[in-house]
Amino acid sequence: MMTGTVYTETVVHSAPEAFVSDVPYQTAIVTLDEGGRVTGRILGERVGIDDRVVLVETRNGVPFFKKA
Amino acid sequence: MRPVAVVGVGKTPFGAFPDRDLRSLAVAAGEKCLANANVTPDRIEAFYLGNFAGPSFVGQNHLAPYISTALGIQGVPSTRFEDACASSGSAFFHAVSAVSAGLYDLVLVAGVEKMTSQPTPRVSEILASAGDTSGEIKAGSTFASLFAMIARRHMYQYGTTREQLSAVAVKNHANGALNPDAHLRKVITLEQAMNAKPIAEPLNLYDCSLISDGAAAVLIAPADRASEFTTKPIRVRGIAQASDSFALDEKEDITTFPAVRRASEKAYKMAGVGPRDIQFAELHDCFTIAEIIAMEDLGFVERGQGGPYTQAGCTALKGDRPINTSGGLKSKGHPVGATGVAQICDLVTQMRGEAGERQIPRHALGLAQNLGGSGATCVVTILSEQ
Repeated sequence: MMTGTVYTETVVHSAPEAFVSDVPYQTAIVTLDEGGRVTGRILGERVGIDDRVVLVETRNGVPFFKKA
Repeated sequence: MRPVAVVGVGKTPFGAFPDRDLRSLAVAAGEKCLANANVTPDRIEAFYLGNFAGPSFVGQNHLAPYISTALGIQGVPSTRFEDACASSGSAFFHAVSAVSAGLYDLVLVAGVEKMTSQPTPRVSEILASAGDTSGEIKAGSTFASLFAMIARRHMYQYGTTREQLSAVAVKNHANGALNPDAHLRKVITLEQAMNAKPIAEPLNLYDCSLISDGAAAVLIAPADRASEFTTKPIRVRGIAQASDSFALDEKEDITTFPAVRRASEKAYKMAGVGPRDIQFAELHDCFTIAEIIAMEDLGFVERGQGGPYTQAGCTALKGDRPINTSGGLKSKGHPVGATGVAQICDLVTQMRGEAGERQIPRHALGLAQNLGGSGATCVVTILSEQ
């Protein structure tokens, strides 16, 4: 199970065309336990810097995490 | 390498101009610039254009000759440079390099963007194409959200506050209100700046630069010929361009822009000056946090001190080191491809003592910093009075 720690995050209120129907949504850069960082989306409860997250699924190459 | 001078400047007002197309804006700035130096277009030896996304915003490509021929510049090299928001900074850097190397004497450098013909979500999408579309952008990032993530981390690491971000916006709007060519000539209060609608948390509407139409142009020549064109030539003392990792998640520390550090170190060395010598600057405040970090990376203040320095009033028009006396991208406007050259125009206007109500007394040595994307490109220019 892929896990990591939130390096930084934001909640997006003004989105590009493709994501207008998703707002507001949270994106985060996650430092993975296995090394490296990825930019992904957060599902469910909002997270903050240093929160632990776990990968839920990958859609179209985009990792979706939730609070661990 | 020969010393180079700016001998003419010309800008359109920045704003939303539904009846103006991209070419007419660029031509207006170019004509103003040529008139400013009393030069006819047939004397121009090369045309350098900065434009970020003309093909996406207005469906026109091959933009450099599209504009130069309309200006009456015929038969000479005419090329567009694209480095996101640093497009015309990059065009200027390459033009100065060519004149310095002796390839040409008289070169016109212009920048233009026509953004307001598209609805905001489409503009966000076009701007986002300057990010990594295979990663961060696919996850739903916008440029505001990338800088929001930078702001969050800067707040976490250095204690930068919401008030300090807003202090940048309040200061730049105060300056822009005095600039007749600024897009949003509106003084705002700290309360307004702090309570505006959220765009990407912690950034709100007043943390973001504007979506603008506009163009700017400068004429450059070897310094020893400058007096042929103007009584107030401004010398390019130092200039450098640098690059860095592309996506934010590839960077070790997103609270600093290594490209800004690299470019400024080279530009300072070329100019034989240090950060303390810079009396005023036009910095790339695409978002309020970007101005704070720019001051840190340029060495104006220590890391983490950009917020307190702004809050103390040091960067205000009457402060120790005025930053963005034009109003910056925040209030003057940010027609992306025009911004780098517009910053040069704004420095020159101050150095010639022609800045009207926003004129500052100490303007012998100024710096412009033009950032591309979320930091993958930076151009730093240091200008001085002759």
